[in-house]
Amino acid sequence: MTMLIYISIMAGVTYLIRMIPFTLFRKKIKSRFIQSVLYYIPYAVLSAMTFPAIFYSTDSTVTAAVGTVIAVILAYFKLPLTVVALAACVASLITGFFI
Amino acid sequence: MKSPFTKGLSHGIPIALGYFSVSFGFGIMAVKSGLTAINAIIISLTNLTSAGQAAGVGIIAAGGAFLEMAATQFVINLRYSLMGLSLSQKLDKSFSTFHRMIASFGITDEIFAVASSQNEKLVPSYMYGLISISALGWTGGTAVGAIAGSALPATLTAAMGILLYGMFIAIIVPAARSSRKDLIVICLAALFSMIFKYLLPSVSFGFSIILSSVAAAVIGALLFPINIAETEEGKK
Repeated sequence: MTMLIYISIMAGVTYLIRMIPFTLFRKKIKSRFIQSVLYYIPYAVLSAMTFPAIFYSTDSTVTAAVGTVIAVILAYFKLPLTVVALAACVASLITGFFI
Repeated sequence: MKSPFTKGLSHGIPIALGYFSVSFGFGIMAVKSGLTAINAIIISLTNLTSAGQAAGVGIIAAGGAFLEMAATQFVINLRYSLMGLSLSQKLDKSFSTFHRMIASFGITDEIFAVASSQNEKLVPSYMYGLISISALGWTGGTAVGAIAGSALPATLTAAMGILLYGMFIAIIVPAARSSRKDLIVICLAALFSMIFKYLLPSVSFGFSIILSSVAAAVIGALLFPINIAETEEGKK
């Protein structure tokens, strides 16, 4: 039951966030400050979610750290999302065989 | 001459393939966090978002408050409001309120990126093609990860835990590389998040994400306000 409530909240909030502006708003936000906050939010959220959680995403901080370094290097050279994600995974896996 | 729906489907193939591999990792992570495979599949089918789902599973695993769940989903997924606003300017007249309410379900970073790069106005059937194949990839990957994940060797599933984070890295690092402002905001958010984790561990995961990201974004907006034209550019 608790699980159902959790999932309903997740789905409901996420849907409303998408639906309300897309359906109702026809004008653009004028405030430069709010525009700026909205511009930075995605990057800030992803960064806060990734660090330091990525270092605990595998079963060892060593394999996770190696995967992170590989991901950062490949992302720096703007490789596609899937390539970066899979490379991080493979790097962690291979490192795992050596420790 | 392809129908708009078929065109949407074909544009969605790369998105679906990318989603499949990443949501595979989500399925494994969700089961590892104590959810059932069915829970994980329903979450992917009804949420269609990576960061929000990862945070949501974290909150469920930690037994977080419902308010914390709602607030976390709100902040993490707030970017979809901005994308929705931007896409709403590109819609064809055939996009009635009813179609808007359905298509809005499928606004994700990648779908937004593809849809907003189209030259012509967006029609509902194009969006439905794009969204349905992407959602299939996302939910299918979750199902395979959640169900077959336990049959895979432990070393492999452990390594796959990094998949979602790898995708996040692939989004933030190129932004940090091309804009010093983005780099500073990204570093601030990571710094705040680490302060919560190591110095203020009593603050829950969800709230530490909210506080870290809003603080970093507000500091960024105060120090380096952006131009409206820049917003359009940055989101593409």
